[in-house]
Amino acid sequence: MIKREYTLTNPQGLHARPASLLVQAAGQSRSEVTLIKNNKEYNAKSILGVLSLGAQKGDSLVIKIEGPDEAETDEKLQALFAGNFGE
Amino acid sequence: MQGIGVSPGIAIGGALVIKDVPSVLPERSRLTAEEENERLSRSLSAARRQLEKIRAGAEARLGDKAQILDAQILITEDEELLSLVRDKLQEGLTAEAAIRDGVQYYADLLENMDNEYLRERAADIRDTGRRIIRHLLGAAETDLAHLSTPCIIVAHDLTPSDTATMAPEQVLGFITDVGGRTSHSAIMARTLEIPAIVGTERGTELIRTGEPLILDGDSGEVIVNPQPEVLETYRERQRAQAERKEKLQAVKGRPTATRDGHKVLVAANIGTPKDCEGALRNGAEGVGLFRTEFLYLNRDDLPSEEEQFQAYKEVLEAMAPQEVIIRTLDVGGDKELPYLGLAKESNPFLGYRAIRVCLSRPEMFKTQLRALLRASVYGKLGIMFPMISSLDEVRQAKGMLAQVREELVSEGVAVSEEVEVGIMIEIPAAAVISDILAREVDFFSIGTNDLIQYTTAVDRLNERIAALYTPYHPAVLRLVSQVIENGHKSGIWVGMCGEAAGDQALIPLLLGMGLDEFSMSAISVLESRELIGRLDYAQAQVRVPEVLALGTAAEVKGALAE
Repeated sequence: MIKREYTLTNPQGLHARPASLLVQAAGQSRSEVTLIKNNKEYNAKSILGVLSLGAQKGDSLVIKIEGPDEAETDEKLQALFAGNFGE
Repeated sequence: MQGIGVSPGIAIGGALVIKDVPSVLPERSRLTAEEENERLSRSLSAARRQLEKIRAGAEARLGDKAQILDAQILITEDEELLSLVRDKLQEGLTAEAAIRDGVQYYADLLENMDNEYLRERAADIRDTGRRIIRHLLGAAETDLAHLSTPCIIVAHDLTPSDTATMAPEQVLGFITDVGGRTSHSAIMARTLEIPAIVGTERGTELIRTGEPLILDGDSGEVIVNPQPEVLETYRERQRAQAERKEKLQAVKGRPTATRDGHKVLVAANIGTPKDCEGALRNGAEGVGLFRTEFLYLNRDDLPSEEEQFQAYKEVLEAMAPQEVIIRTLDVGGDKELPYLGLAKESNPFLGYRAIRVCLSRPEMFKTQLRALLRASVYGKLGIMFPMISSLDEVRQAKGMLAQVREELVSEGVAVSEEVEVGIMIEIPAAAVISDILAREVDFFSIGTNDLIQYTTAVDRLNERIAALYTPYHPAVLRLVSQVIENGHKSGIWVGMCGEAAGDQALIPLLLGMGLDEFSMSAISVLESRELIGRLDYAQAQVRVPEVLALGTAAEVKGALAE
């Protein structure tokens, strides 16, 4: 299991395009991908789950990855955050 | 009928009312849960295929905004939503009712969030739900892609898939029952430059398809079945607007120059990277002021170098090859940052602010300078220091910039050699010694908002003395003229980034003084470029001494109005 904390620095937070990109990336993974904010867990493969998290710029959240391709998934998600979701 | 005008202009034409899915859906299923599930799967894939088709067609038309459709496509295969819906099928509901309830659950969740953007996203979910239900019911879609006659669309809410499919040349305007300035229909209308009104509440109820309408996107007014004389008045206004717009578009794509060939730049003032789009659409020839405060506001700590770099890079890339003047942090005064722990002052505008804060906090300042220089290779960058009152400050700030540049170069980071370094002239002391300051920098940008306040000792936030606050005060104009002259003597360019630069009455005078760059709100750019194109530089120059000899602001205003 991999757990990593992120701070959202892109202006839109986890909305619209960044949310879609995250869900698409998580959806390609064979592992379970979970977002954790304020001790609540959300399914990262669900766009509705990610949107209802309501993460805005400056918010911190933890992503938990558990499964056969967790390292690869972790790498992909890190790249997404580092690139500010292309914003 | 009154709504909120969210996209300007007048539309006149017949209504096309888009009816929603029926409010009563079959509830209890006579089929087994497996059979309902089968129906659900078929309609989900049909809806998804349709959205994918729309997305492919819309990409060219809508650019980045077509990405909104990605979210809708994801909703049709959303694990959480579908597991909720399938549970409902097990309880004996029809697929229609199950989708409706599942969508309702998530839409409500988002609508109750403390964020306007997310509340508006609830519309995406409902939109997708309606699309799926229409497939389940086999209901005909209103085909917005193949409208045969131009019309004004009246809908409860226009959704991303509606706006993406519609043929914009056949759509005269939008009227929706719900929404605000940031709802999809509003954003889309502005992108497509179609007049629009949102929030009429009962538009779809009161208007019937085919009824003649007038939509005034400036006032937010909808007139149904207008009287002939009303119609004529609006047609006249519409013609005038169209002519004006046409004329303004003509100035794009060629440099701004007076009739006698004197060239100047008309640039935009921006506050965030997102503003570049509007600046470019409105024909800005660069950015004359990019305020960097947005990076520092509404947060608990300083923005990182990386975060700043991304923002600067984005703006430089968007505006390239045109120049972007980025102003270093201007806090204090009326802009507070709680996390800097600045003490309350009795005279904040005369206090610890802008460059004074930056020079005393070298770590913070250097982070910004590093981010700026790193971004410099992505376009044409100008760095501008605010609130300069003395030569020492210019030298100190430039010294720190040179130090940062050296550090970056020794780290092997690419830095452009072409970065221009300038200062804002907004303190009378700087204006008076501008001949000396001009030898140290590449450009001046006159910040009239503060220059007026400091020259005339009028607090610009104090409403009781608001009448005393005017750019037409002869003292202000004489300082401006002197700054331009001193700049030119040292061979540097002089711009202006205060409100006065976009003041149509002042532009001829500023032009005559020799101002090289006018930076203003994006929406004023085309008007100003068109105005300058009609002026004669030689004539404008002749008028300057005559205006500068006048004694009062009222006389100046009168003379400029002639």
